[in-house]
Amino acid sequence: MQEIKRKYVVPGDRIVDGNFRPLSNVTKSGNSIFATRIGIAEATRDGIKVIPLSGVYIPRVNDVVIGKIIDHSSLSWQVDIRSCFSAHLPAQDVFGRDFSPARDDMNKQLAIGDLVTARIMAFDRTRDPMLTIQDKDLGKIPRGEFLKISATRVPRLIGKRGSMIQTIEQATQTRILIGQNGIVVVAGRSAEGTQLAIRAIRMVEEEAHTSNLTQRIKTLLNVPEPESTETISEQASPEGQKLEGSSSSIPEAEEQVQEELEKGDKE
Amino acid sequence: MVQTRSLIDEHGRRTDGRTMDELRNVKIQVGTVKNADGSAYIEFGKNRIIAAVYGPREVHPKHMAQPDRCVLRCRYHMSPFSTDTRKNPAPSRREVEISKVMREALEPALMLEDYPRAAIDVFVEVLQADGGSRCAGITAASVALADAGINMRDIVPACAAGKVDGKIVLDINDVEDKEGSADMPLAYMPHLERVTLLQLDGILNQEEFNECLDKALQGCKMIYEIQRRALIQKYFGDEQELKEES
Repeated sequence: MQEIKRKYVVPGDRIVDGNFRPLSNVTKSGNSIFATRIGIAEATRDGIKVIPLSGVYIPRVNDVVIGKIIDHSSLSWQVDIRSCFSAHLPAQDVFGRDFSPARDDMNKQLAIGDLVTARIMAFDRTRDPMLTIQDKDLGKIPRGEFLKISATRVPRLIGKRGSMIQTIEQATQTRILIGQNGIVVVAGRSAEGTQLAIRAIRMVEEEAHTSNLTQRIKTLLNVPEPESTETISEQASPEGQKLEGSSSSIPEAEEQVQEELEKGDKE
Repeated sequence: MVQTRSLIDEHGRRTDGRTMDELRNVKIQVGTVKNADGSAYIEFGKNRIIAAVYGPREVHPKHMAQPDRCVLRCRYHMSPFSTDTRKNPAPSRREVEISKVMREALEPALMLEDYPRAAIDVFVEVLQADGGSRCAGITAASVALADAGINMRDIVPACAAGKVDGKIVLDINDVEDKEGSADMPLAYMPHLERVTLLQLDGILNQEEFNECLDKALQGCKMIYEIQRRALIQKYFGDEQELKEES
């Protein structure tokens, strides 16, 4: 079997010939594996995959997303999770098993327009995604500044072991919630801090593919060189990921970061 | 067809100074429409075209949604100022047809089954027309689709070939289209080696047809390289090859 290196691909490019297992964003045809997205092709022990660099958010089970309540029926809320499918949050999830549409007022718990952090409980493409807010750190977001970034930039914004987001949080005295769907909510003590954090997040989004980004973010935020202490951000991953300046000017292993985040969430 | 003037001079040069199998200048820029999920701007000779892709997104009206796959919707439109006499902005019979063939040319390259119950909208707006705008439109649209991050089997370049003054030439321009004797647009997936669009306006015999097809295929392959370069430029900058890791 031949060893393949990481390389840039556009849709249709042949990544490798041979008996490899296709993972994400690749297709197997005959004895070859082809890319289906623009991104960085990578070979892991499990198989071949492409880390995409563009695209809208497609829900996946166990993703933590930030959504907006847009409507409710008598049994569930409808949540906009910035995808081609709108999600359902069952009322029983919030009120418990003995929920009764006659007795309980759904508007009291979550009104239309509220933002929630939620986990995708079930999604199989034949039905709309189902959400849950029954977990630590999930639920209604009381306040904060709302902004949207591309879902493919989320792992970069979090950084390795949450380094990027921690840097921003510490320097600006804010708390930042990030959904896998690219919605970010920044809550800070002062307006200046919040504005600065937003500028930093925008910069990460625009320059996600460049190297030495953390350094430039630090310069923007006036962070002194030796940094200490840790505030664990909402999604900081306990797992180690290689990222940042390890070799060339590309956001590395985005997908991997995502997967490990999920692992981290489960733990 | 009555020939009013010679379209190929004694040195084998065409009206715009090209040789028989030379493309017009093609320039593609990716990501020009910020509001769209993916977009591209193409200059194909004097053609100026913007393609914008939205989606996968929710289907409206809902009854159009397919339970097992994504709906692809294309709109080819020429702006009123794209031609020398004003074009009525309402969709003409020709535009409706081109929208349809464009959709059919792009569909085989897309993995629509990956996005069931959703829709992908492709808008192709011709700002300036110079013959071969459907080919340039398909070329730009497929780049925009790749930019939008939609799963694709291949990128679709398109190019025309035709017969002018009894000779088979590549990439027919406006004058050659109007005064020449045949025009054959072709869209082709270079990796899969599949033709997704083949139209022929005019009469060719078997030999001429084969020659025409070969030329158009060569043209598509050249355009594919330009598409690829444009995408790589946008996403990876000037660095064309990833540096190897130790």
